[in-house]
Amino acid sequence: MSNLLSRYADATFWMARQVERSEDLARILDVNESFSRDSRGAQNWHSILKLYADEERYFDRHNEVSAEAVVDFFVLDPEHPGSIISTINAARENARQLRPLISTEMWQQLNVFYGKLKAIPRESLTEQSLNRICTFIKEACQNHAGITEGTFYRDEGWHFYQLGMLIERADQTTRLLDVKYELLLPSIYDVGSPLDVSQWGALLHSVAAFHAFRRIHPSGMTSATVAGFLLLNQRFPRSVAASVCEASRILDQLRRDYGLNAGSVAADHLRELEEWIARNTIQSIIAYGLHETLDWIQRELIIVTQGLGEAFFGYVPREA
Amino acid sequence: MSLSGTQGLLARYDPASFFCELLGTPAHPLEHARFFVERLDQLDLAELRRRATDAEADLFNLGITFTVYSDKDQIDRILPFDVIPRIISASDWAHLEQGLVQRIAAMNLFLHDIYHTQRVLKDGIVPPDLVLKNPNFRPEMVGLDVTFGTYMHICGTDIVRGGDGVFRVLEDNGRTPSGVSYVVENRHLMQRAFPDLMRNIGIRPVSNYGQKLAESLADLAPRGLLDVQVVLLSPGVFNSAYFEHIFLAREMGVPLVEGRDLVVENDRVFMRTVGGLQPVHVIYRRLNDDFLDPEAFNPTSVLGVPGLFRCFKKGNVALANAIGTGVVDDKATYAYVPRLIKYYLDQDAILPNVETFLCREPQGLKYTLDHLAELVTKPVGESGGYGITIGPRATKAELEDARARIVAQPENYVAQPMVALSVCPSLGPNDIAPRHVDLRPFAITGRSTWVLPGGLSRVALKEGSFVVNSSQGGGSKDTWVLET
Repeated sequence: MSNLLSRYADATFWMARQVERSEDLARILDVNESFSRDSRGAQNWHSILKLYADEERYFDRHNEVSAEAVVDFFVLDPEHPGSIISTINAARENARQLRPLISTEMWQQLNVFYGKLKAIPRESLTEQSLNRICTFIKEACQNHAGITEGTFYRDEGWHFYQLGMLIERADQTTRLLDVKYELLLPSIYDVGSPLDVSQWGALLHSVAAFHAFRRIHPSGMTSATVAGFLLLNQRFPRSVAASVCEASRILDQLRRDYGLNAGSVAADHLRELEEWIARNTIQSIIAYGLHETLDWIQRELIIVTQGLGEAFFGYVPREA
Repeated sequence: MSLSGTQGLLARYDPASFFCELLGTPAHPLEHARFFVERLDQLDLAELRRRATDAEADLFNLGITFTVYSDKDQIDRILPFDVIPRIISASDWAHLEQGLVQRIAAMNLFLHDIYHTQRVLKDGIVPPDLVLKNPNFRPEMVGLDVTFGTYMHICGTDIVRGGDGVFRVLEDNGRTPSGVSYVVENRHLMQRAFPDLMRNIGIRPVSNYGQKLAESLADLAPRGLLDVQVVLLSPGVFNSAYFEHIFLAREMGVPLVEGRDLVVENDRVFMRTVGGLQPVHVIYRRLNDDFLDPEAFNPTSVLGVPGLFRCFKKGNVALANAIGTGVVDDKATYAYVPRLIKYYLDQDAILPNVETFLCREPQGLKYTLDHLAELVTKPVGESGGYGITIGPRATKAELEDARARIVAQPENYVAQPMVALSVCPSLGPNDIAPRHVDLRPFAITGRSTWVLPGGLSRVALKEGSFVVNSSQGGGSKDTWVLET
């Protein structure tokens, strides 16, 4: 039987999500910098606002979309709860609550990470320095992941950590695909042009998937093969399929090993997603509508999170 | 010839007329720390400063901080760390330890007495109104029994040493004393930064505090339990001692809970876990009496657990410290402790009090008002240095203000002479300089009392300052108790 406090489970789940989200955001911003060196520059920065559903908040404070303003908004703006600095601070406050549970190194790394972010002067964040700062953020998040892997005691808390990380990763990949797919859908004139291919390559690079993709698609690159890879490939760790299947396995293991009866809603929905992935191909998905599919997956992940919340974290059940 | 008698870093160290914790006085030189003074003397000031800077960076990175929250930001502050330790000889420590054990025994007997037959009041040892009208006296506790008769499981006693080198008790902290985490962390810090200074010295360890605390808390559980669940109840991250709550929960391997994590059902306490409600048997609470249970005490408290007192009353959960200990660590009751030791134990106090004038007594009031400019006056029920007037440092207006408050409510005040606190060599801006220190040892009492060797040495880092409180420029030092 488990005696992990519900509040700790909640904080662990969200700490994992927050660090994962920060890494993904840093990856997206970094790669977008190279995307935007073309005529569609402003449109590309705008797409990030769409990706995080942050347009309203952004236009409350900015009149137009510029690289500097969007980057500041997403990296160092402390007033923006979705910025990396705010997200890492939230992860650090969760880690502070979790200190009785996590290793000293896990806490210390997040504490120092936040301190370093805070020490970056906002005006120093320019298009020229973006790559360096994003690399720093990405590496700090990976450092966190490595310390966690190497020091987190493998009890219930570890399972909730994994669930948070995996669900966030799946969610981020669907968002990235959704926005970029729409943006990159080739116009009839561009099909197969060098521009088209380089953009899809950049998208793969943003999730560190380029080489893995090349191993199974040694030649050629189309919107369908890229989307298929990021959605359905079981071996690529940032794909929706790999994240969802692993999350499903972790939740089953957690419930079995600790004799937890609650959590069946989340488990059922994860299993459903898993089965859906096994049944489908990228062709059938595109035929149905990629956007609709990604939207459905995101909604399923929200149901899974709410299910975990009600079963384990003490969330109040939502009104039906 | 300097007091240290050395040629190096300490050659010009001059504690003037104050008692030095490492060197004593010219008339009464101390020998126990001589080996250390000689080692320290060989160090280079720049090197010492570099290591001190590293040590403080370490504190930040480890988050050994208290957090100050403002509207939109939180600022982590460290308790400044002075790298030169305070060293206590084995014989001085034996004396302090005996004195503390004796004092705490008498205070627990007093608490048991006032919550049962009140013999001490009937015998006229302590004025009844001092106890019964004390805001920290909890009538709800009358007639309740606590395990081993222990009310104050954790006690921090503030001890000072004047120019005569005598240790005296300045104050008892018997509610939710804090600071012990710094004792342990300071030692760890010292071991990382100064392995060379510590080499081949027999220093009594402090790192087993958590283990000792865990054992004595588990002892309090209702009888017959196999699987005792201890938790530490914190007010939450906004509390300035939150780091310490984390530290102790980690050391003991117990959940750090907040009121919202606990729930009462059928007069039993449970915590909300991912596996449902799990029973809780012992609560080390770092929450004042008032806030513990809105049903029994302050009804507006959102930090506590409704119904907790009922569970305590039925013996289904143990609380450390017990409810109602504030009546004995009060600054007026303090003055009676030597008499309580005599009354309950038939012994003389091993550790004397600082001379105290009770304004509730006519002679005490007269003396206080006549000598206001020389005395330190304190309200009896406060802690953390609030409401204190330091006569020799006060302006005329402040003294008149104090006078008015004392005349209006004499029973609410005590006065003490200003103790010329002892000093310890400390790292100043340009040299090694004397800075004033006090000492707060921590004692754990269950079946018997165990005192952590040493304690928290707080140091007033500003030149000439007697104020060791962290809010007013105070820091801390590692405190070594020598094995021999």
